[in-house]
Amino acid sequence: MSTLAHDDHHDHKPTGFKRWFFSTNHKDIGTLYLIFALIMFFVGGAMAMIIRAELFQPGLQFVDPQFYNSMVTVHALVMIFGAVMPAGVGLANWMIPLMIGAPDMALPRMNNMSFWILPFAFALLLSTLFMDGGAPAGGWTMYPPLVLQTGNAFPFLIFAVHFLGISSIMGAINIIATVFNMRAPGMTLMKMPLFVWTWVITSFLLIASMPVLAGGVTMLLTDKYFGTSFFDAAGGGDPVLFQHVFWFFGHPEVYILALPAFGVVSQIIPTFSRKPLFGYASMVYATASIAILSFFVWAHHMFTVGLPIKGELFFMYATMLIAVPTGVKVFNWIATMWKGSMTFETPMLFAIAFVILFTIGGFSGLMLGITPVDFQYHDTYFVVAHFHYVLLTGAIFALMGAAYYWLPKWTGFMYDERLGKIHFWLSLISSNVLFFPQHFLGLAGMPRRIPDYNIQFADFNMISSIGGFAYGISQLLFVYIVIKCAMGGKKAKALSWEGAKGLEWSVPSPAPFHTFETPPKLTKEMLEH
Amino acid sequence: MKGISKLKSGLKKLFLVLFFTPLSVMADWALNMREGATPISQEIYNLHMVTLWVVTIIGILVFGVMFWSIFHHRKSKGVKAAKFSHSTTVEIIWTIIPTVIIISLAIPATKLLIKMDDTSEAAITIKATGSQWKWKYDYLDGVGEGLTFYSNLDKDSKEVSQRDSGLDPMESENYLLDVDEPIVLPINTKIRVLTTAQDVIHAWWVPDLGWKRDAIPGFINDNWAVIEKPGTYRGQCAEICGAGHGYMPIVVKAVSMDEYTEWVEDKKLAIAAAKNTSDIVLNMEELMTKGEAGYKAQCLVCHQANGEGIKGAFPALVKSPISTGKERRLEHIHQIIYGKNLMPALGHLSDVDIAAITTYERNAWGNNTGDIVQAKEVAEARKIPKK
Repeated sequence: MSTLAHDDHHDHKPTGFKRWFFSTNHKDIGTLYLIFALIMFFVGGAMAMIIRAELFQPGLQFVDPQFYNSMVTVHALVMIFGAVMPAGVGLANWMIPLMIGAPDMALPRMNNMSFWILPFAFALLLSTLFMDGGAPAGGWTMYPPLVLQTGNAFPFLIFAVHFLGISSIMGAINIIATVFNMRAPGMTLMKMPLFVWTWVITSFLLIASMPVLAGGVTMLLTDKYFGTSFFDAAGGGDPVLFQHVFWFFGHPEVYILALPAFGVVSQIIPTFSRKPLFGYASMVYATASIAILSFFVWAHHMFTVGLPIKGELFFMYATMLIAVPTGVKVFNWIATMWKGSMTFETPMLFAIAFVILFTIGGFSGLMLGITPVDFQYHDTYFVVAHFHYVLLTGAIFALMGAAYYWLPKWTGFMYDERLGKIHFWLSLISSNVLFFPQHFLGLAGMPRRIPDYNIQFADFNMISSIGGFAYGISQLLFVYIVIKCAMGGKKAKALSWEGAKGLEWSVPSPAPFHTFETPPKLTKEMLEH
Repeated sequence: MKGISKLKSGLKKLFLVLFFTPLSVMADWALNMREGATPISQEIYNLHMVTLWVVTIIGILVFGVMFWSIFHHRKSKGVKAAKFSHSTTVEIIWTIIPTVIIISLAIPATKLLIKMDDTSEAAITIKATGSQWKWKYDYLDGVGEGLTFYSNLDKDSKEVSQRDSGLDPMESENYLLDVDEPIVLPINTKIRVLTTAQDVIHAWWVPDLGWKRDAIPGFINDNWAVIEKPGTYRGQCAEICGAGHGYMPIVVKAVSMDEYTEWVEDKKLAIAAAKNTSDIVLNMEELMTKGEAGYKAQCLVCHQANGEGIKGAFPALVKSPISTGKERRLEHIHQIIYGKNLMPALGHLSDVDIAAITTYERNAWGNNTGDIVQAKEVAEARKIPKK
């Protein structure tokens, strides 16, 4: 404990502008990432509310089709690159050094830069909403030739994507450098908490896939402004080439969003089951296999473009194969709970909901992977339901769980458990009212990305919209809970949760500005998973 | 304000639906995939149902175990946590079982896919060409060879779908799923459908045929269907293709071979008659009526009902130099015939239709140029190359 007292004693920190803008402290940068992600969650959420309001009833009530398409496009970009990814990186920044016993991230100045690129990138992207011709409206997938019809917003879109890619790559390099170089003595790779493992693997996915996206969008840029015809059949190019390039990034991206969520859940479930994580090694290997397989399945997003049958069969088999390691993870989580001594605080509730709802998303994913049937599902609301199950009730539920789990460590106070549980149940019910009926809409034949629809789709759309509004409003409660927790409340102990294991619980709550300036001495108990 | 009043009526309807709908009506809500009208669509439906049952059963088992644990292994019941953290046997078992399940799903899927891939020996080949935002159909091979026509969203849907229309979509059954010219096809005949596009990527999808296929500019995809049941089958474009993506439906009418042959003859005569319109002379009133209808069918999605366009995306026609300038009449006609930048060429329209649209645009919304363009002038304009 003497080292901790020492830390406290030297807990100087800059204040105001200097503290937040020039920060090289992993905790402050983590906080910045998390706050930024929360703001973007509401920006993207507001767009979702516009979408659901327009779809509440058949007929056009509120927006023009072009603006509707912009909302669909920018909602996706904001949620993926602005909310889920930065929230994941924020957690990584805060928790990885604390979990492996490092004083900070390996490259603190780059850490600052990788965060501060984000507000500028989103200023570029969101400024297009106020331009003549409107924001990009060709879908977040940016397929040419449609995306090339974008007006003045086009270069803003491309450069925003470039910046986001640069930011992500820097974040990924930092995490890899930190984990491989700065672990405390005794913290071997196979002793690391699973959250750290999932982030290492995610970082490799980022480094491998982001440059591919950057290359693809640069080719779009030269097609539009410099007379190339990479994607123009009239000039000898191929519009489908872009889809291959995009999804070679896009599918690993799906796991970039999901793997950190797996990591979070693998921390929370053992804590509240008071039992070590079941099958630690198989969890690591399953995560790695999912990551590797994710580079061999991209064309399942393109089954209807007219691939040769051999290609369709290959991508179908590879896609179905992903069900195996994913299944292993789900079974491991349940085996962790089995014969545990469970309590159900808010983080655990979110984690359990994650396991169930992510698995439902996985089931529809398996169905989508079966090529001949995908010819019906493709580009319908069935797909919309599928990816919102894995991203909203999957990734975002895990991120919410993570926030509740580590808020005591971040703020030094326990959040209001009663409000947390209310927030959970509201989110759980509303998100299912929102997305479950979309399965039916898709099967009944409603294409995605349409602003208006036939009356046969009216009832489920109305139900879905009501779920949407309820989910949106419920998230304001989350903001209130976080602010309330930051302002005060019941003091949190260093070990905030009875069953929690790991180094992050050995430092006081709130975690002092500087931690582990000298490497901690690890006990066997601390290294238990 | 209109939005809010519509919202109110919507809420009232929801209330009625939730509290007063008898269960028998609820059963009509489409919950599942359609079985469709072809042997392939039936097989797809069967495979869908098998997979759905497989995942449902897995879900019930897995979540069942989980909930059993949640109810029994809780601290509040005084349970002490066990210490185990792995079991190689169990881990091997739960790797092998899913592998077996997915292999047993992959086998029928492979067979079906191979069957769907065989487009050979089709009796009739048609080509569907997507453009923003309509479909063009060419009958390339078999009975009906040489037929070619465009298929647009029907007039009713177009009017109702306008933002300020004040019309209730709930009152038109085929809202956004009806066209002016459906494709007619014979039943019990192997039909090969080629898909391609003119401008951006579209996707041709009729759920009852069991598949959708992208229509990609510069490339041609093919697929096939044997429709067994006569009837009208409706579908939509399934790939985002711009502002009108939700407004380019597909309607297939499947009829007996005899009826089909009859339709082909009639259609050929009608197309021939529509081509010779250059001698038709209409008065201002007739041109304006015809022009308004034509404008609504062809121009309205971009240039809007009020001719104001959408700032930055689609130019306004109100007081625009081209649509009001005396010396730019020819340019105006040419732009409709040949298109410009994002604007698609509409040269496939008849002379009289183009004349009427031009007249309408030059006189509507206070443009009031008084210009009358007749079909003859359009016919002349076609002979002059585009500047």
